[in-house]
Amino acid sequence: MDSNPENHAVIEFRKVCYQANGTDAIVRDLNLEIRRGEMLVLLGRSGSGKTTTLKLINHLLAPTGGEIRVDGRPAQQWDVIRLRRMIGYVIQEIGLFPHFTIEKNIGLVPKIENWPAERIRERVHELLKTVGLDEQIAKRYPRELSGGQRQRVGVARALAADPPILLMDEPFGALDPLTRADLQREFLDLQFRLRKTVVFVTHDLHEALILGTRIALMEAGRLVTVSTRDEFLTSREPLVLAYRQAFETDFSKRDHP
Amino acid sequence: MNIWQFILQNHAEVVELTLEHIWLVGLSTVLAVVIGIPLGILITRRPSLNKPVIGTANVIQTIPSLALFGFLLPAPWIGARADRLVILALMLYALLPLIRNTYAGIKSVDPAVVEAGRAMGLTDRQLLFQVELPLALGVIIAGVRVATVLSIGVATIAAAVGAGGLGEYIFRGLAMVNNTVILAGAIPAACLALLADLGFGWLERRLSPQ
Repeated sequence: MDSNPENHAVIEFRKVCYQANGTDAIVRDLNLEIRRGEMLVLLGRSGSGKTTTLKLINHLLAPTGGEIRVDGRPAQQWDVIRLRRMIGYVIQEIGLFPHFTIEKNIGLVPKIENWPAERIRERVHELLKTVGLDEQIAKRYPRELSGGQRQRVGVARALAADPPILLMDEPFGALDPLTRADLQREFLDLQFRLRKTVVFVTHDLHEALILGTRIALMEAGRLVTVSTRDEFLTSREPLVLAYRQAFETDFSKRDHP
Repeated sequence: MNIWQFILQNHAEVVELTLEHIWLVGLSTVLAVVIGIPLGILITRRPSLNKPVIGTANVIQTIPSLALFGFLLPAPWIGARADRLVILALMLYALLPLIRNTYAGIKSVDPAVVEAGRAMGLTDRQLLFQVELPLALGVIIAGVRVATVLSIGVATIAAAVGAGGLGEYIFRGLAMVNNTVILAGAIPAACLALLADLGFGWLERRLSPQ
């Protein structure tokens, strides 16, 4: 990555559209810049296009219009495999490889990148510590872990080859509230140290406010607003108001940052 | 003379016909694996080929085995020797369960696992060999199991075109109206089918990811 100062857009959407064959557009005319080291939250209801937007970044989906630049280079100039290996990806279903031990799950990308075995082992143990897991877990299989442990492994796996960008699609959505709160807090600490560029999809306003440096609100395939946390809390934008209202009752009980 | 006496007295021939039977089934199944599994993989990659490939294998499956032997008889090289012809026919029958199970096995891999693999930057080949095939292996072995058991039964008809195997006794017994001779072919064939079923069943359980 180049060494340009902060505020340099690491990911850039220019008039991006996405449409699956013959259906209505899922993402329309999207313009968005994601800056180095920020945690941008894509907030929106189900079907608003936030997951699609995320998948356009690592080219799991190809845009039908417009251009997406990663690190200043348009997508078609990237070798897709190289692009994906510098972008960590964490999803709600986690998708750990059930036939691999935790160690092999986390070490897969380093292994296909031909790291020496000893270095992979060290990296795996370092990462297990980073995400707050006991190193003894390395030899176990995913089915032997709890949901919270599995998602910690999911995060560790995404970080394995130290990618500068992380994409996270409701990663804590399937966890119980206490585990979710733990993981949110830990992830915030982790991000404070690692300073990755993170794009985080959620429909949960609490989560958006806890984690996001900026919040991009989506509705029906369009970007409604992009705002900082404070701007979001004072915005008069009708959809933002609707969101705040929907979460209001819990809100008063909560001492958010 | 009871069946056990018959088998004891003719043990050399029983063994020979059994080995012949195993040879016909074994070689045809190996060929079917070599052709069927790649075809099954191919149709997961090229969905437009799915219907023609499965459809063709399905149609082959519906041809009665005696008729299929008849159709293949005029073919050059193949038709020249009965065992070639039978091996080709058995292979064609075994294709459907292999193609179908390979396809189904790969398609049944958790989509989240495949998506995670793709997003991590695995190439299609890495995804196939490190993720999809290992996870589909149990289902694929189940296909080999069905194909083998099926072939052991169909191979008894090979004797009708002179390819030998345990069907030899069955046809001889039918001609002689002698149940003992029929059973001397049928019982070892049934035992073979049972053994294959148990063996592959065990392998299937061993290789299925828990």
